[in-house]
Amino acid sequence: MADPIHQFEIHNIVTLGQIGGHEIAFTNSALFMAITVVGIWALLMGGSAARALVPGRLQSIAELSYEFVANTIESTAGKAGMKFFPLVFTLFMFILVANIIGLIPYTFTVTSHIIITAALALLVFVTVLVYGFYKNGLGFFRLFVPKGIPIYILPLIVFIEVLSFLSRPISHSVRLFANMLAGHITLKVFASFITLLGGLGIAGVAGATLPLAMVVALTALELLVAFLQAYVFAILTCIYLNDAIHPGH
Amino acid sequence: MDPVAAKYIGAGIACIGMGGAGAGVGIIFGNYLAAALRNPSAAQGQFGNLIFGFAVTEALGIFSLLIALLLLFAL
Repeated sequence: MADPIHQFEIHNIVTLGQIGGHEIAFTNSALFMAITVVGIWALLMGGSAARALVPGRLQSIAELSYEFVANTIESTAGKAGMKFFPLVFTLFMFILVANIIGLIPYTFTVTSHIIITAALALLVFVTVLVYGFYKNGLGFFRLFVPKGIPIYILPLIVFIEVLSFLSRPISHSVRLFANMLAGHITLKVFASFITLLGGLGIAGVAGATLPLAMVVALTALELLVAFLQAYVFAILTCIYLNDAIHPGH
Repeated sequence: MDPVAAKYIGAGIACIGMGGAGAGVGIIFGNYLAAALRNPSAAQGQFGNLIFGFAVTEALGIFSLLIALLLLFAL
């Protein structure tokens, strides 16, 4: 059976040299990140070029994605959250387009590497910390002290709140990474069933239609997951930012 | 026991945890659907809460999957 992990291998395209013993190179990961960004740029620039009153297809996509993210922010973080629109929109579009590009065979899924998702999650985490202390000062610590809790269980609650706050970047990054990794491994495993059964002769070819249908169904499911995980990442970002904007429970 | 065999058995046991996440996600979507059919006009406003609950529940299952993947491919 083909190694299902092989598709996640990072290899250098152009090696630029070394800094402090670490190789600096333009990898396939960097290439697909660049393709993702150029794709988003083309979509949004193309969509906003015509500025028609009745939008065409491209303009509709651009407007829909804008309104979708704007509604998400307003419903979870309120009007004050709209100043974070560029951050949330960038994260949402980057993850969504990277996930969808990764579904095309022989491409590389940028978000299937923990280093990428951890960087994005830490960006959100640090933004929440910095903005929370900038806006509320030490009042940001009210986030860990829910109102109306009896004093004798308060230390335990504060401990749990702090622990759950600190585990946020882990769950935030691991969710996206593990979903993408597991989805692509499942696809690859089912695809390798087709070639294994196909090698068994005429009965095997007949049996191979079953995993083939499964791969088609799984690809459809992965398309849903690609969108859902981008949305989940964006909405969790909004909820975490809401904690920085309104720290009281 | 052969350490490689123990590794694979451990990965299999770690995946049992995903069953709990499956039950949890099922409860969340089932209850959302039941409530949405009772009061369809209020359903749209709770979609964000639905996704948030789904994400938080799913994270726990993903953690056990992560342990399985680490055992299989990283350790």
